[in-house]
Amino acid sequence: MEHQSTYKPGSRTAKWWDERLPIVRLMHDSFVVFPTPRNLNYFWTFGGILAFCLAVQIVSGIVLAMHYVPSETMAFDSVERIRRDVNYGWLIRSMHAVGASMFFFAVYVHIFRGLYYGSYKAPREVLWIIGVLIYLSMMATAFLGYTLPWGQMSFWGATVITNFFSAIPVVGPKIVTWLWGGYSVTGVTLNRFYSLHYLLPFVIAGLVILHVWALHVAGQNNPTGVEIKTASDAVPMSPFAIMKDLVGLSVFAMLFAWFVFFAPDYLGHADNYVEANPLVTPPHIVPEWYFLPFYAILRAVPSKLGGVLLMFAAVAILAFVSWLDTSRVRSTKYRPTYRWFFWLFVFTCVALGYLGAKPAEGVYVFWARIFTIYYFAHFLLVMPIVGLIETPKTLPRSITDAVLGKAGGGAGSTAAAAAAPEKR
Amino acid sequence: MSTKMTSFRFAIGAALLALAGTLPVLAAGDGPEIARKKWSFSGPRGHFDQNQLQRGFQVYKEVCSTCHGIKRIAYRNLMQKGGPAFPEDGVRSLAAESKIDEIDPNSGKIVPRAGRLSDRFPSPYKNEAEARSIHNGAYPPDLSLIAKARNVEYSGTLWGHPLSMAKDMVTGYQEGGADYLYALLTGYKDNAPAYRKEGQKLVAVAEASVPRGDKSILRCVAVEPGTGAKPDACTPMADGMNYNMAYPGHQIGMAQPIRDGQVKYGDGTPGTISNYASDVASFLSWAGDPTHDERKSLGWQVVLYLLITSILLFIAKQRLWREVH
Repeated sequence: MEHQSTYKPGSRTAKWWDERLPIVRLMHDSFVVFPTPRNLNYFWTFGGILAFCLAVQIVSGIVLAMHYVPSETMAFDSVERIRRDVNYGWLIRSMHAVGASMFFFAVYVHIFRGLYYGSYKAPREVLWIIGVLIYLSMMATAFLGYTLPWGQMSFWGATVITNFFSAIPVVGPKIVTWLWGGYSVTGVTLNRFYSLHYLLPFVIAGLVILHVWALHVAGQNNPTGVEIKTASDAVPMSPFAIMKDLVGLSVFAMLFAWFVFFAPDYLGHADNYVEANPLVTPPHIVPEWYFLPFYAILRAVPSKLGGVLLMFAAVAILAFVSWLDTSRVRSTKYRPTYRWFFWLFVFTCVALGYLGAKPAEGVYVFWARIFTIYYFAHFLLVMPIVGLIETPKTLPRSITDAVLGKAGGGAGSTAAAAAAPEKR
Repeated sequence: MSTKMTSFRFAIGAALLALAGTLPVLAAGDGPEIARKKWSFSGPRGHFDQNQLQRGFQVYKEVCSTCHGIKRIAYRNLMQKGGPAFPEDGVRSLAAESKIDEIDPNSGKIVPRAGRLSDRFPSPYKNEAEARSIHNGAYPPDLSLIAKARNVEYSGTLWGHPLSMAKDMVTGYQEGGADYLYALLTGYKDNAPAYRKEGQKLVAVAEASVPRGDKSILRCVAVEPGTGAKPDACTPMADGMNYNMAYPGHQIGMAQPIRDGQVKYGDGTPGTISNYASDVASFLSWAGDPTHDERKSLGWQVVLYLLITSILLFIAKQRLWREVH
């Protein structure tokens, strides 16, 4: 939200700086006095939690890189040396491996929160699309990183995923050879994956800055989906929103610690404790849990190219929801019909995740196809059609009214819809 | 609105029921059932039992080490707290028993020297080819990470799966490798299950009621049910293989490695297969995760610290927001 800067340099030094590089003013305006809706719930703390996740991954990753050896013969051994012989190496390595899962868990909560409360709708389209790009970069980074321990799943996962590109007509096989740096996944592939795995987090960090910038231009959405109108609708970010973020972050850190200390291998695969062996294929090649829904979509399609295209489309389609959703109101809280479809969509994603972990045979494929169809139908049919035919419930006149319980939540009526402030 | 909602709810319900009708049939896993054991190191409060690790090491040394290396463990690790914690003198003389090849700086020749605390356990083989030539083409895996590299697959109903996952996360179930190793070592049978041919069908015969020297009894590792005119097909055990209940596919190259009374424990623990199996499974769990005890004890400090911090932050947040709400 554009607003007048209220920063007043408190000392001569501060004034000197402010006239040359007003970075303190930028921080003050963006993170101290920045108006945040006063009705944000704990789902809104996941933005800060994600920034924390990125920081944990970068810091633990830099330390791991000091001890890791990216070579075909030594990668697996060096990870074991980190676990056994480096001081607190077991902790750093667990934080990084579990951290990837935590990062995705948080990003999924964040994405579904955005979908539920309509955070992708005008004027936040660019903000949302940058978010989709961050998610895409996270997927690439996670995939590259999973190759580095050079276990059986690392190796065969890398083989399966890079082979996707061979589905491209004519140039496919050439592209795969180029990606591998040879005619199969080898130490050469490992070296380039390591290099890119170190690069991409900084690309993500750059995108995060753009994401936060776009957020501060459009302002935060909130559970009612009604924009901030008066001063009483908002509280300054510091200390109010920050304090709430800290509560959410602290509880999240507890969950994080639980896995790091008590179940570090729960989210991984036993097979990845077997060193990569190009001559032995594991019985089931399965990606990490956060990729399973996409893996199910890939395998639901009988044609390889079709499966690959549909899988990428499943991510890409997220970038278009701002225009696919025709609803007049943002928040699903006021959308009695869409709400059911939203939860059906959540169920679909979980079901696809379950099916992605199962072998691609028999009834599993049948259900994977059904849920794949709904996955896309949700975006291409439900979002445009339900938005047009549904009668939303009465929106509160303002955030303040919603907080004080003056309006909203009542049964939907045409009169109420007419009174709704959100118009296309 | 309400009728629309009802029919929609009905549609979801119907879809869920349809799902329930088809999936559990396949959800029962194809792997063998492996029971979960209670280990001293189970769960967030678990820690290794030093005596058990010492016994487990004895089993490894006297039995497993003939064929399986443990290359990621150094002799010094055996003295480590949270491990078997053998006294230093004993470990030193154990290390000295091994011969480590070293290049003599004066002559350039390879000269063996006595092992030291810092040395890792040498492999029982000169190289992989030697191992394969001894073992009928098979390469006995190194055991440093074997407990980490094995797991127990969930085999239950579809509806039980999320509950079981939640339970495993809350209880910190990480002992799948140990459970598998125990099941493997105690899962040997002299023969594959017995079947008798009755027309097109193969009918299982209980082991106790198999007549001696009956040539009509078939021994099958797996039976593929026939269809139509095709009779049931019996997969016999391959030559040189052994039947094991826990091993995937039930045919394992390794002959039963240990039997009752084979290892003499010094601490009076009965020398049963069950004790050997759980002791060596514990030892191998430690070998795969030598910082396990340190991890869990630090974990409690971190989690409790975060719990108190969360409560304090929440109280502070409530007080701060009181003026807003």
